[in-house]
Amino acid sequence: MVTLNHYLILSATIFAIGVIGVLVRRNLIVVLMSIELMLNAVNLTFIAFSRFLGSMQGQVVVFFVMAVAAAEAVIGLAIIISVFRHRRSLDPQDMQLLKW
Amino acid sequence: MTVDFLRWMPLIPLLAVLINIFFGARLGKKFAAGLACAAVAASFAIALFVFWQLPADGTFRDTVYTWIESGSFQVKLSFQVDALTAVMLLVVTGIGFLIHFYALGYMGHDDGIIRFFAYLNLFIFFMLLLVMGDNLLVLFVGWEGVGLCSYLLIGFWYHDHKNTIAGNKAFIVNRIGDFGFMLGILLLVTALGRQGIWTLDFVELQKHVNLLSPEIITLITLLLFVGATGKSAQIPLFVWLPDAMAGPTPVSALIHAATMVTAGVYMTARLHFLFALAPATLSLIAIIGAATAFFAATVALAQTDIKRVLAYSTVSQLGYMFLAVGVGAFSAAIFHLFTHAFFKACLFLGAGSVIHALDGEQDMRNMGGLRRYLPTTYWTYLVATLAISGTPLTAGFFSKDLILWQAYVSPHGSTELWLVAWITAGMTAFYMFRQLFLVFHGEFRGSEQVKAHAHESPPVMTLPLVVLAVGSIFAGWLATPDYLWGNRWDPWLHPIFGGAHEAAHGALDDEIRLMALTLAIGALGFVLAYIAYGRKSRLPDRIASLAGGAFDRLLLNNYYIDGLYDALIVRPFTSFSRWCAQFFDPAVIDGLVNAVAKGARGFSLIWREVQTGNVQHYLAGFLAATVALLVYFLGQQ
Repeated sequence: MVTLNHYLILSATIFAIGVIGVLVRRNLIVVLMSIELMLNAVNLTFIAFSRFLGSMQGQVVVFFVMAVAAAEAVIGLAIIISVFRHRRSLDPQDMQLLKW
Repeated sequence: MTVDFLRWMPLIPLLAVLINIFFGARLGKKFAAGLACAAVAASFAIALFVFWQLPADGTFRDTVYTWIESGSFQVKLSFQVDALTAVMLLVVTGIGFLIHFYALGYMGHDDGIIRFFAYLNLFIFFMLLLVMGDNLLVLFVGWEGVGLCSYLLIGFWYHDHKNTIAGNKAFIVNRIGDFGFMLGILLLVTALGRQGIWTLDFVELQKHVNLLSPEIITLITLLLFVGATGKSAQIPLFVWLPDAMAGPTPVSALIHAATMVTAGVYMTARLHFLFALAPATLSLIAIIGAATAFFAATVALAQTDIKRVLAYSTVSQLGYMFLAVGVGAFSAAIFHLFTHAFFKACLFLGAGSVIHALDGEQDMRNMGGLRRYLPTTYWTYLVATLAISGTPLTAGFFSKDLILWQAYVSPHGSTELWLVAWITAGMTAFYMFRQLFLVFHGEFRGSEQVKAHAHESPPVMTLPLVVLAVGSIFAGWLATPDYLWGNRWDPWLHPIFGGAHEAAHGALDDEIRLMALTLAIGALGFVLAYIAYGRKSRLPDRIASLAGGAFDRLLLNNYYIDGLYDALIVRPFTSFSRWCAQFFDPAVIDGLVNAVAKGARGFSLIWREVQTGNVQHYLAGFLAATVALLVYFLGQQ
């Protein structure tokens, strides 16, 4: 029997993988992909609760999140391309000009 | 009684100042100077009219607007004219006009003539505020204003650095006095305010003065008198007046002889109701007045600069006025102020005429025999010298005799005060005739070149001399002793000073005896001056070289009081200031500020390392904080 807890544990695991990916990966595209992982982990939680509570609200929010995630992916990729053209690098460690 | 044109008396000179400052250069020197004279003449005309209309015991009042209003405390910009103010008005505008007129000739060739007349008119404006204000604050504004004009005019020829120094000295010494004056005013206001009366009006003050305790009144009057010693050049603040002679001679005549320096006497007379309740202050004033009169006269004996003799003489005569104030004879003080304005202005303008004729020479040792070249100046100078020496039937005789008599007979007076004033009278005659002989008699001792130039001044300068010389005789006839036609002056000022301070009367034959004594010592002064300086004689040199010339040097240098103040006050103060500027300010003040800045910078240097610029670090921080918050809030449940 797959219970709500199974969904939540899976979702938390995916979210944690996403967070670690954002924090430690040295490639911006992978960082972006990790953010998608986090978003979708949250989506999974929404869906699970929606099903568990018998309410449609969670599913509605998921659609919004997917729309925002799509827009975010477009803008994020555009910025990454533009950064790559300037710096010939996608390592976030090389992008430290904005300080002090 | 309300008379709404009083305000025009000070306002017209002020308007002339504004016109001359902003448009003077465009209007031309002649027009600007003429305008300045016309403005003072207009004020004089109004003053005469007011004087004519003023009822015997009435007061004219003109309120312009309410200046300060705070609860029940109210200060109005308001003018009043009573008998005392009327006298001052006539002196300020009348003698002021004559001196303006004289300056047309004296300053005619000066490049700064427009500036000069603007300052002079500004002075008249402030002086009129001082004497016309019906409350202490307006008086104080005028008081500070005349000080400012005095400073500006002493340093008028600012290209010469020592003139600027003299101006600074006058200003700074006056500040010391003004500080006391201000404290006095503040103490008066708060002390009365504590009794529920918040006011600065002279009329109100007089009405409520008995609410104050005698100790407070003594303290207030002492502080006010500190102000008077500064403005009126009394011991210990008299040192600025001799140096003030650096200014143009008409300024010396107007500001430093006839009007501004008498402001202290006017102020004590205006606040006589306070001073009369403080016998301790009065006796101090009398002592300081007599001491100043005496010391200044001794210094005047040895001076060689024609204007410095007159300066010390002014200090000495002001001492007489304060002596009169100190023995409670306010009306005698004002009377001497009135007559002194005539003969001292005449003397200064005469000295100016001599300096003008000799191309700026001021040393009497390079003069002599000038009566042939400057006959009008000589005769007017002679009349004024006779007046100040107290020759019978001249103004100085009546006013000085009145003071001497009051010093002797008044309940506040004493024989000692009279004795000091009496000896001073003899010295006055001596140093004035010494000056007359040195300047106008004997042979000319200057260079041939200057001698060839020596000429009588133009009528524009001699005319005021003649008018003032006439005044030097007749101004005194207003108050003659009882054995002549009596005193018309005291009844005129009676409504102001009231019965309590009425001139004391004594036995008639005593008065005549004292008068004879005064005449005798005056004559002695004249005879000694004649023996020493009136004919060819080596006596002055022999006297000067007494005790190795030490005595002469002592007097010539004003008992080294300037040096004493220099060593005791000025030098320690400047070295303290220098220490502040070179050590305390850069090391301590700047050090503190810099230490705060450096501390902030050091702290920031550590913490700025947090801002790495790496997005992933920020995110890690963000995550850590979120987790911490979560732990905190979940832990609370």
